[in-house]
Amino acid sequence: MAVQLDARPPVAPAHRTPRPSRVVRLSRFDTRYSPYLYIAPFFLLFGVFGIYPLIYTFWVSLHDWDLLGAEHPFIGFDNYTQLLADPDFWHSVVNTLGIFVISTVPQLLLALWLANLLNRQLRARTTWRMAVLIPNVTSTAAVAIVFAVLFGREFGMINWLLDHVGIAAIDWKANRLAAWTAISTMVDWRWTGYNALIFLAAMQSIPRDLYESASIDGASRSRQFWSITVPLLKPTIVFAVIISTIGGLQLFTEPRLFNSGTNAIRGGPLRESQTVTMYMFENAFAPHYNFGYGSAIAWLLFALIAVVAAINVLLLRRLGGGVKGEN
Amino acid sequence: MSRIWSAGRLTYLALTLTAFLSIFPIYWMFVVASKTSDAMGQVPPPVTPGGNLGANIARLFENTDAYFLTGLINSAIVAGTVTVSVVFFSTLAGFAFAKLRFRGRNALLLTIVATMMVPTQLGVIPLYMLMTKLNWNDRLPAVIVPALVTGFGVFMMRQYAGQAVSTELIEAARMDGCNTARIYWNVVLPALRPAAAVLGLLTFMTTWNDFLWPYAVLNDPENPTVQLSLRALSDGYYQDMSQVFTGTAIATLPLLLVFVVFGRQIIGGIMEGAVKA
Repeated sequence: MAVQLDARPPVAPAHRTPRPSRVVRLSRFDTRYSPYLYIAPFFLLFGVFGIYPLIYTFWVSLHDWDLLGAEHPFIGFDNYTQLLADPDFWHSVVNTLGIFVISTVPQLLLALWLANLLNRQLRARTTWRMAVLIPNVTSTAAVAIVFAVLFGREFGMINWLLDHVGIAAIDWKANRLAAWTAISTMVDWRWTGYNALIFLAAMQSIPRDLYESASIDGASRSRQFWSITVPLLKPTIVFAVIISTIGGLQLFTEPRLFNSGTNAIRGGPLRESQTVTMYMFENAFAPHYNFGYGSAIAWLLFALIAVVAAINVLLLRRLGGGVKGEN
Repeated sequence: MSRIWSAGRLTYLALTLTAFLSIFPIYWMFVVASKTSDAMGQVPPPVTPGGNLGANIARLFENTDAYFLTGLINSAIVAGTVTVSVVFFSTLAGFAFAKLRFRGRNALLLTIVATMMVPTQLGVIPLYMLMTKLNWNDRLPAVIVPALVTGFGVFMMRQYAGQAVSTELIEAARMDGCNTARIYWNVVLPALRPAAAVLGLLTFMTTWNDFLWPYAVLNDPENPTVQLSLRALSDGYYQDMSQVFTGTAIATLPLLLVFVVFGRQIIGGIMEGAVKA
């Protein structure tokens, strides 16, 4: 940590006059109060458009806040109890968790592997890094539309390729597990390279003599990877898992645009790929306009993220501890 | 040197395959954008560009479902304004948090970090109600104003300013009679320039790419951002795929251009942020 130095000016040299001069008083005023001036615009906007809505959501969620109704009566936790008994809500939770698991696990493993490749002495280093990051800088909406076509049932390129290895055409949008897989594929396509770069940055800060002494001891390349690289990367892996949890459980654009037409916000006719955020939109905005119910969904989503993130961290701590103990 | 650092043929092969998979969907998007609309039914699927791009662009801009030109202009206005504002307010507040002493500093910083963890969805409904009250629904301020500051930006600039701006220099400037505003402008801002550039690039790309909030608040089909134009195109009853893909290609183009020109800085920014986090 950098030592925080006192940024106030040194005490003014003792003046003859009993009162400090105008300039000195001005500069004192400047150093004491101007910091607030620099953060004030930020906190003004941040407060009104960032923090206030977060708190107000909870208040709204305790009301029967139907946009069509004239009154918004206070109903306590009724929205929550109703939600907990709402099969469509649980359906969206299962979809979200399903997509999250089948996207995040391969994504992070692939990213580790890719980072390990990028961590070698490569020619045209920057070009390779740019190539793996390029999916991350595309428009999510555009990618979702393109992938929806690639995963088309009749003319999609994926089914065409599968046909060559003898797999019959899959109806990616009508089958729940298939829809999850297709959406996970686009999430992974977008984020694997990004995570690889984050892992790469952490890998580069591992001292190389650790590997040298390990190879003198006869440790194989893969042994070195699992016994040195992965344990030392643990903080970064935890970071990546938390970021992926927050992002993955909020998934909206990809599944929303993977589906099109009248049922799009429902994630297909039978809600095959409706995530929690989509369910929130369906209830809060068109067609239902029920802000109270929507707000309650938002809070349960937040709780879900917190729980899943905590479970992940606990799991990782265990795993990491085991590996470290071996060393 | 240990052989763990050498890149053999297999490494290059694996990287080439990864690069191919990364680039192919984008390439293919441009391929379909340059074809006639019946190319989608072809077996095998088309993989080389055709000569129909101009006609597709013309059809796209005339399409009254999408208001694509309005979308492009709106997105440029939104992303441009938000980028300038985020960079300005983040450097200002980041400097104050890193280098100035004031009461409540740590508590305020903690508030920012805490809200960074909360998903945006949680605020969408009250924000929508607020926009209704301000009468900003369906208008650009609804998309611009809530994005003018970000906790991420302030946090990033604070981290960077802590290292990049020398306290001695600030003190020296004070001795020479600079007030804090001049110190920010003449000493701090130049020192923050590299990080501010990265923040600006990331902000531009995120804002250009944003879908969720514009989708909630801009319901007037005649006044979309470019991502909402894409949604209108892809939700259309009759899907003219080469026209849709022309749209996705054009919407992606600014991001690709930014990446080609500033890729090195963006990669540096992502990797630097990772180490500090």
